[in-house]
Amino acid sequence: MVSRRLFLATSSLLGGLSVVKTAGAADSEHSQMLHQGGNRVVGSVDHDRNGFSPSELLTEWETGTVSILPDGRTLREFHITAVDVELEIAPGVMFPAWTYNGRVPGPSLRATESDVIRIHFSNSGTHPHTMHFHGIHSARMDGVPGAGHVEPGEKFTYEFDAKPFGCHLYHCHSFPLKRHIHKGLYGAFVIDPDPEKHPEHEQIARSRLLGTTENGRWQELIMVMNAFDTSFDDENEFYAVNTIPFAYMDNAIQVKRNTPVRIYLVNVTEFDPINSFHLHGNFFNYYDHGTTLTPTLNTVDTIMQCQAQRGIIEFSFADHETGLYMFHAHQSEFAELGWMANFEVV
Amino acid sequence: MILRRVSILVPLLMIAVLIGSFLIAQPFDYLSKGAPPGEELKVESIRLNDSGIHITVRAAGSEPMFIAQVQVDGGYRNFTQSPEGSIGYLSSVLIEIPYPWITGETHHLLFITSSGATFEHTIDVAVETPGVKFNDFVGLALVGLFVGVIPIFIGYAFYPALMSFGEAGREFAMALTVGLLAFLLIDTIGEGLEVAEKVVGGLKADLVVWLSAILTTLVLLRIGRRTGRPPEGPELAMFIAIGIGVHNLGEGLAIGASLAVGEVALASFLVLGFALHNVTEGIAISSPIQKESISFSRLSLLALIGGGPAIIGTMTGSLSISPFWTALAFGIGAGAILQVIIEVGGVYLRRKRDQSVPWYSTASLVGFWCGIVVMYATAFVVRG
Repeated sequence: MVSRRLFLATSSLLGGLSVVKTAGAADSEHSQMLHQGGNRVVGSVDHDRNGFSPSELLTEWETGTVSILPDGRTLREFHITAVDVELEIAPGVMFPAWTYNGRVPGPSLRATESDVIRIHFSNSGTHPHTMHFHGIHSARMDGVPGAGHVEPGEKFTYEFDAKPFGCHLYHCHSFPLKRHIHKGLYGAFVIDPDPEKHPEHEQIARSRLLGTTENGRWQELIMVMNAFDTSFDDENEFYAVNTIPFAYMDNAIQVKRNTPVRIYLVNVTEFDPINSFHLHGNFFNYYDHGTTLTPTLNTVDTIMQCQAQRGIIEFSFADHETGLYMFHAHQSEFAELGWMANFEVV
Repeated sequence: MILRRVSILVPLLMIAVLIGSFLIAQPFDYLSKGAPPGEELKVESIRLNDSGIHITVRAAGSEPMFIAQVQVDGGYRNFTQSPEGSIGYLSSVLIEIPYPWITGETHHLLFITSSGATFEHTIDVAVETPGVKFNDFVGLALVGLFVGVIPIFIGYAFYPALMSFGEAGREFAMALTVGLLAFLLIDTIGEGLEVAEKVVGGLKADLVVWLSAILTTLVLLRIGRRTGRPPEGPELAMFIAIGIGVHNLGEGLAIGASLAVGEVALASFLVLGFALHNVTEGIAISSPIQKESISFSRLSLLALIGGGPAIIGTMTGSLSISPFWTALAFGIGAGAILQVIIEVGGVYLRRKRDQSVPWYSTASLVGFWCGIVVMYATAFVVRG
């Protein structure tokens, strides 16, 4: 007899009109009191236990072991191991992750156009895994069942030339694919352009090539947009760039006014069709897939990416006041579930 | 003889040894090795006020559960928990979220535990929870009076007219009473089981509803027959009032709890429906009274016993008590109603036997039908 409850509840409200008024007043008080601080996670993540911190993930490149082959070409070798790790992916929330080298996202690999890439992959996990690179390579090196599919305890070496230059990614291509990806098997894979091959845009190419003076004038950041389905219902509970929700909200990313910013942005978010990047108070140029040296989009403040889409974002705060400038997914849903962050312009 | 009685210690000792050896040696734990901890979390009450959302949750995890994060409407929110830390089996904590909830709208809560499991709860219609304010209590008491007590008096007023039909009128009144009590019995059990779903599974609240009903019936039957004779006349009227009263207490608790959980909708015309619904309770209470004169104060007392608990229940229920107690109140209410069904039916049957006439008659059949149909119809109006 639900109705009877409703009725008495009703009558109690009729008994005091003041009740309704108070609630109305309460709304405005709330919005003042909670304007900024309310939308957050409570507590903090033990980054030491995880073995990686969000600030390291932003700038840590894995450039591999470099040697010169008899034919004069550069050989770049990487060692990657798949391991199962229990990660604290949000304060107090443990996630049974599958990882490359114990971290999510996996190491951000960086090479130069036309390098010979050799990936020594061993699987220490409990399920078969692969490394499937987005790039140009032969079928044998594709990292799918039947080609570079690695059983637990076994190894495989992927070999291919680094091309095309751009901002790419790698991920596990074992099945069930959704599960292997959202458990944490993905990472950024960036190929810098070789300036000698691009005489028409040599300076731009040099600024993209890690280690050059021109490149040193930029502040480069790696951002992998990812999410976690902790309840395994094919819907994500947490969204972030670089795994930890709201990590750059309280600890804003410092940006120097006179240094232009370049973000290598990769979307690996599972389950949701798209993810996006929106910058406050500024506009940027965008290079879809990073495979061109001139922007594919000029002067925008929001871009979207489907899963595995990626690109390079370039902007400058040179003419701005110092202060906090937010950036976040412009799916408010993702933003409120963790994909929200700040640049602190100094 | 003494020795034989003392021998009860033997099985008790064996049980103690069994428990002790299992707790210490844990011989079968390897069977559950690797199984993830089972987790269950239920929202027991919600209060909404100026400072935000205040939620009492009870946990039933195979291991202590830790609420790591809380979402409101699909966003992570700052919250505090008291007491802090992990929540033990069947323990409850208070979660407080400073959140700008919106009057009249729906809000969704999601609790995420350390294992990443999620537990949802929906506040269907957010309305400020009445605090322990004097004005609210006065308002509730007045409403309870109009809905619970006054209709019973109106019901009494049917008594002379019914009696004017002589034996047929009396048969009708008693059968009507049994009919409406039958309705209330089914309804009370149903309500109890509905509330029981809000209780964590470990407390087995659904069983508590059934068992408390059976035990209450037996206890009240024993009390009613303490003189060796079944209750009749004014005493039976008192038992009917008690039965209806306990039912109304459960109702009140459920109403109050709905308030506390924010499941509140507005519809003032329902007053009428409830008044009609409860008029029949007045007929029921007065039905066993014979030609004996009964004082007005005595009738008033019966009306208070029958209708008053709705007021007490609503006020108590709004104070965020566990739905477990509401389920228990419904169980006890159902038991009390079953007792009066048995006793009123018994009075009726003995009466017919004494008169050496069959127990079935058109008047009694029509009365029983009327009891059920009137209750159903007024309940239907109320639902509308």
